Amino acid sequence: MFKKINNALNPSLRHPEQERASRINKVGAIILLAILYVFLFVLDNFLPAGSFTGMLIPVLRKGAIYALLCVSMNLLNGFTGLFSLGQAGFMLIGGYAYAILSIPASQHAAVYQYFDGGAIQFSIPEFFSSFLGAGLGSFVGSIICIIIAGVIAALFAALIGIPVLRLKSDYLAIATLGFAEIIRAIFQWNGFGIITNGSNLLRKYTALSDIRWDIGSVSLKFGTVFVFLIVTICILLIVLLINSSYGRAFNAVRDDEISAEAMGINLFKHKMMSFIISSFFAGVGGALLAMYQTTIQSAAFTSAMTYEILLMVVIGGIGSVSGSGIAAFLYIAANEWWLRFLDSGSIGSIEVSFFRGGFRKVIFSIAIMIIVLFFSRGIMGDKELSITGVINWFKNRKERKLAKKINASKEGE
Amino acid sequence: MNEDIVLHVENVTMQFGGVVAVNNLSLDVPKGKIIALIGPNGAGKTTAFNCITGVYEPTNGLITFNGEPIVRNHPVGAMKKTYAGLNADRYTSKFVLPKEFDESDDAYEKRKEALKEIDKYAFTDTQLAPTADKITNCGIARTFQNIRLWKSMTVFDNVLTAKHMRAKQNLFSATFRTSIAEENRMKEETVQLLEEQNLFRFKDDLATSLPYGLQRRLEIARALATNPTLLLLDEPAAGMTPQETVELCEFIKEIRNKYNLSVFLIEHHMDLVMQISDYIYVIDFGSEIAQGVPKDIQTNQAVINAYLGADNE
Ligand SMILES: Nc1ncnc2c1ncn2[C@@H]1O[C@H](COP(=O)(O)OP(=O)(O)OP(=O)(O)O)[C@@H](O)[C@H]1O
Ligand SMILES: [Mg+2]
Repeated sequence: MFKKINNALNPSLRHPEQERASRINKVGAIILLAILYVFLFVLDNFLPAGSFTGMLIPVLRKGAIYALLCVSMNLLNGFTGLFSLGQAGFMLIGGYAYAILSIPASQHAAVYQYFDGGAIQFSIPEFFSSFLGAGLGSFVGSIICIIIAGVIAALFAALIGIPVLRLKSDYLAIATLGFAEIIRAIFQWNGFGIITNGSNLLRKYTALSDIRWDIGSVSLKFGTVFVFLIVTICILLIVLLINSSYGRAFNAVRDDEISAEAMGINLFKHKMMSFIISSFFAGVGGALLAMYQTTIQSAAFTSAMTYEILLMVVIGGIGSVSGSGIAAFLYIAANEWWLRFLDSGSIGSIEVSFFRGGFRKVIFSIAIMIIVLFFSRGIMGDKELSITGVINWFKNRKERKLAKKINASKEGE
Repeated sequence: MNEDIVLHVENVTMQFGGVVAVNNLSLDVPKGKIIALIGPNGAGKTTAFNCITGVYEPTNGLITFNGEPIVRNHPVGAMKKTYAGLNADRYTSKFVLPKEFDESDDAYEKRKEALKEIDKYAFTDTQLAPTADKITNCGIARTFQNIRLWKSMTVFDNVLTAKHMRAKQNLFSATFRTSIAEENRMKEETVQLLEEQNLFRFKDDLATSLPYGLQRRLEIARALATNPTLLLLDEPAAGMTPQETVELCEFIKEIRNKYNLSVFLIEHHMDLVMQISDYIYVIDFGSEIAQGVPKDIQTNQAVINAYLGADNE
């Protein structure tokens, strides 16, 4: 079912069969993505609002955002082997940068009510809306804000990377964790209130519901499509990077620093690259999360958030991009949707007394403990999901069963 | 200074706390020659390699590559203090001014001038301790005694990744595949290297799934992928069958000729060493005890004693 991610052979070296498989995978992925986007568009606009779509839409949106966050963490922790726990800090920076840059000028007085309307008095989406129209303006403006959010997170990463990346694994984790906590404290501090709004939340900025297209009286919504679009592009970029020469160098650093350095790979430079790129995408993820939540408050970006992402990465498989994606959607769906009934006090019409607030968390924790204990390599290990892989997996099922039998009988002898 | 000396090691001392792993070692590797470094277990051979390749920063000494200083650490200034404190008389470095040395002495001045010619920073506080990747970039490649292949990568990727350093590309051109021609060139060279080592048929296997002997060959292929002019081999025949060892011997000579390499190797396998080396340095407890051509070393009493002594322990 699986294909090694670093199948580094170029077309001329590939077996014709491999060549064919790679073509099937590429075309298949494009077709599946197209179907997915059509479905998301229909979901956003034409499916009747009910309890099902009411759950599905937020779960898909949040799942996609967490998929990106997981992949960005996996790039650093899984592919480069740097155990960093600063994710929440970079998300916070990204989320805040996004929100601050996109609050409309007219709303500043209301949002920054305790800080005289704040210091920044412009809004990028508003600027674009002034000549592109409200819908397209928010679309272009928010994309630019998202990119700036990522760049600012990356700048912070470059700054703290210089001292922190010289540390060895455990110390690196502690230092990045500390960084995230310091960032949270700084953003909550009223001293910077004219920019960060202190401990108050930021709101009224361009959210997912603003990404729409008004044609006459009809208004087409693109919220979910937008999230998936940004996430797909970002993950695609990360996958391209991982499969490039630099990605292989990251893997070398992870596998053995001493021999990587002896083969001419500059450790500091490559660690820095990975750290900055991962933080960039964490910043983008933070910005998307801000859009999704419609309000943002630094107090929420605790280290528990980082642990949650780390957990998803572990469940998906450290070193597997598709694993991270699958795990993110499963985790979010289970946590926010499928296991909700455990908190509701009843199954259907049957009253269950111990099903009440908090019970979901208990069950969830136990389930995760079981997964981590018994499937420590995660869903995918370090392999990747591919269409031909899945087909072959089904095809080879019989053979595998046979092989198992033979092995079992051999062992019996 | 002799033009033909590729690697020049002068008075290198490496001290770990109280342990002096390499003591005042000096040696030369001439161009195109195969030079061996031998000695009993724990003699400090690997440590010497580590000093040359930048894994360790030597306590004292100078290493030049093609006449250029690549590693320099002189016990003057702050270093001198720690250095002189620990039985200073043991380290008769030419860089240290002995207590009773007369500075007006002619011989001293001459020595000083000669050293300054090699290294203009001699007798200053300037240290030179580049990271290992910079030294590899100069053209020194190595293998490891305890094989250090990248374990999650295939045989092919192990060699390909070693080409990363010399690739003409940057993060963007590599990610967006605009330097695909460079990438393809790297891959073709990798295929060549693997074919030369008879490893091509294993290209899609995990490096660590190969038998021991082949892993050593793969490490050599990986080292060659960095386009070196000097190849350091740390016990290349360890764990190989006699048949493989004979092949290795031929193979080392072959690549030496093909790539115009100079080879500096550590080896316990005496047959191999005697057969292949042009010149041998023997060290014991960090210090040189003998040097010479193979047939002199074979009959050298100090060497025999060192090895017998080590065996009797
Ligand atoms: N990083 C280190 N810290 C402390 N001591 C070290 C270190 N590296 C090596 N040594 C010591 O230096 C001495 C020489 O070790 P080295 O590995 O260089 O020997 P060797 O000649 O390569 O031996 P072998 O033939 O077993 O490979 C040993 O006593 C070893 O314990
Ligand atoms: Mg050794």
